[in-house]
Amino acid sequence: MVSPAAATIEPIAPLRPPTPPPSNPSRPLHTLPPPFTSSNLQLLAQGAEALVYKTTFLTPNTPCVVKYRPPKPYRHPTLDRRLTKARILAEARVLVRAGREGVSVPRVLGADWEAGWLVLGWVEGGSVRAVLDGWTERVKNRRKAYEASTGHAEEKEMLDLMSRIGSCIGHLHSIGIAHGDLTTSNIMLKSPSADLNSTTNGQAAVPSSTSSGSAIPSLAGQITLIDFGLASHMVPHSADEEGAVDLYVLERAFSATHPAAEPLFAEVLKAYGQSWKGAKGVLKRLEDVRLRGRKRSMLG
Amino acid sequence: MAQVRTILLPHFEDYPVQVAMFKDVTNASFLRSQLLQANPDFDYAFLDAAMILSPLPLFLAITLSLHSTLSPATSPLRTRTPHSELVFRLHPNNNIGESYRKFGISDDTTNLIAVKFSLTPDVTNESVAKHLSEAVQGVSVDVGEDGSELGLFADLSKIKKIYKVNDGGVKGKGGKKGVTDQVGTVKDERSALENIIMGVMTLKGS
Repeated sequence: MVSPAAATIEPIAPLRPPTPPPSNPSRPLHTLPPPFTSSNLQLLAQGAEALVYKTTFLTPNTPCVVKYRPPKPYRHPTLDRRLTKARILAEARVLVRAGREGVSVPRVLGADWEAGWLVLGWVEGGSVRAVLDGWTERVKNRRKAYEASTGHAEEKEMLDLMSRIGSCIGHLHSIGIAHGDLTTSNIMLKSPSADLNSTTNGQAAVPSSTSSGSAIPSLAGQITLIDFGLASHMVPHSADEEGAVDLYVLERAFSATHPAAEPLFAEVLKAYGQSWKGAKGVLKRLEDVRLRGRKRSMLG
Repeated sequence: MAQVRTILLPHFEDYPVQVAMFKDVTNASFLRSQLLQANPDFDYAFLDAAMILSPLPLFLAITLSLHSTLSPATSPLRTRTPHSELVFRLHPNNNIGESYRKFGISDDTTNLIAVKFSLTPDVTNESVAKHLSEAVQGVSVDVGEDGSELGLFADLSKIKKIYKVNDGGVKGKGGKKGVTDQVGTVKDERSALENIIMGVMTLKGS
C-alpha cells in the first residue's frame, strides 16, 4: 500500500535521463558534439567533470585542447545545463581575465556552453610534476653513486624554477584569482619558442624521468598554469584564506612527490612572499591552514 | 581576376570559406549600399581590414558563425545570415548595428576583406573571384595559405579601443626574471592582444 503522501506528490518533471550517447567502442563513453569531427582527435584525460581532447582549431597547425563536459544522466536536464554553462563560463572568464593581466595561462579559443565545450590554446611543454619526478630520481641515483658534485648546477636551476613558480602564483593571486586545484601537474613549464613550432604529435617536450635520468632537462621556459576548472575570483574578505589553500594544496603535492622536494617548496614560498603586497597575509594564513587542513571547520 | 583564398577550417572541412582582400578600394559606398539593400548577389561579409588584427580572430568569427549556422540548437544565430553573424561575432557587444559600423565597411573604407561561405555547391573559389573582380574596384591582395596577410592593414589603436585593451598593452608581460623572450616585444604584444580578442569574442553574449 502506497502512503497517501507519496501518492499525491507528482514529480515536477520525469527524471528521465537524456538518450544515452551511442556506445562506440573506439572512443570511450562519449563522443564530442558538433562541430568536432573525429579527425585529428586525441583523448588526453578524463576526469569526473570533463573529457580533455587534443585537436586543432582555427587553422590546421593551431593545436588546441577541447574540454568537453558531457551531460550527466543522473542530473535533471535543466540543472545539468545550468551547471555546465556556469562552470564553462567561470573557467573561460578567469582565463581571459588572467590573460589580460599578463599571467601565463592557456588562451581561450572558443566555446559553446550550451553544448558543453571549451577550446583552449595548447601549452607545449611538460608539467612541473614531471620535472620534480625526474629530479628526485636523479637525486636518488646521485646519492647511490656519490657524485654529488654534478648536482650543484642543477640544484641552482631547480631553485630558480621554484622561485619562478612562486612569483607566478603571486601574480595570479595579486589579480584576485585563486586557482582552486594547484597541483604540480597543473603547473606547466612551457618550452621556449613553443609558439613558433607547432608540434602535432602531442608528446611533452620536457622529458620526464626517462632513461635512468642521466640527461638533465632544460628548466628554461615560462611557468604556465593550467586547469582553471575550479578557479574563482577571490572574495576580498576571504582572499587570504583562498590564497593560503592554494599554497597548501601545492605544498602537499610537493611533499607527496618526495621528501627531498620539500626544501624546494620553501623557495616557492620565499618568492611568493616577495611577489605581491598581500602575500604576507596569505603566508600567515597558510600556517593556520597547515594546522587544520584544507577544509575549514564549520564550528565557531 | 581577384585572388581568392579558399580556407578549410579544422572540423569544418565540408564547408569551405572563400576569403579575399583588397586595397585601394574606391567603391566602398557602392558595396555598402548593396548590403543595405540586401541585394542577394552581395551576400558577403565585407570587413574593414583595419579592424582585423590577424587571421586567428577572423577565423574564430568564421568558425563561430559557421557553428551557429550548423548547430542552431546549442548556438543559435543571432542575426539573419551567416555573413551578418560573422560581422556580429567580431564585436564584443551584442549590438548588430554597432558591429556593422565598427567592423563592416563604411563609405570611405579603402582596405577591405570579403568573406563568403560556400554553403551551396554553386559558391566556389572561381565564382567568388569572378564576382568580386567585377564588383570591387580596388587592388586584389593575395592571401596566403596561413592567411597572415589578413592582418596587414590592422589599425592597432582602433582595435585596442574596441576590445578595451589599455594602451600599455598587457600588464606585467615579460617583467619577471627568468622569462625567456627571444621574440621581439612587438610580436609579443600582438599575440597577447590576439589572445584577448579571441577570449572576448568567445565570452560574448554570456
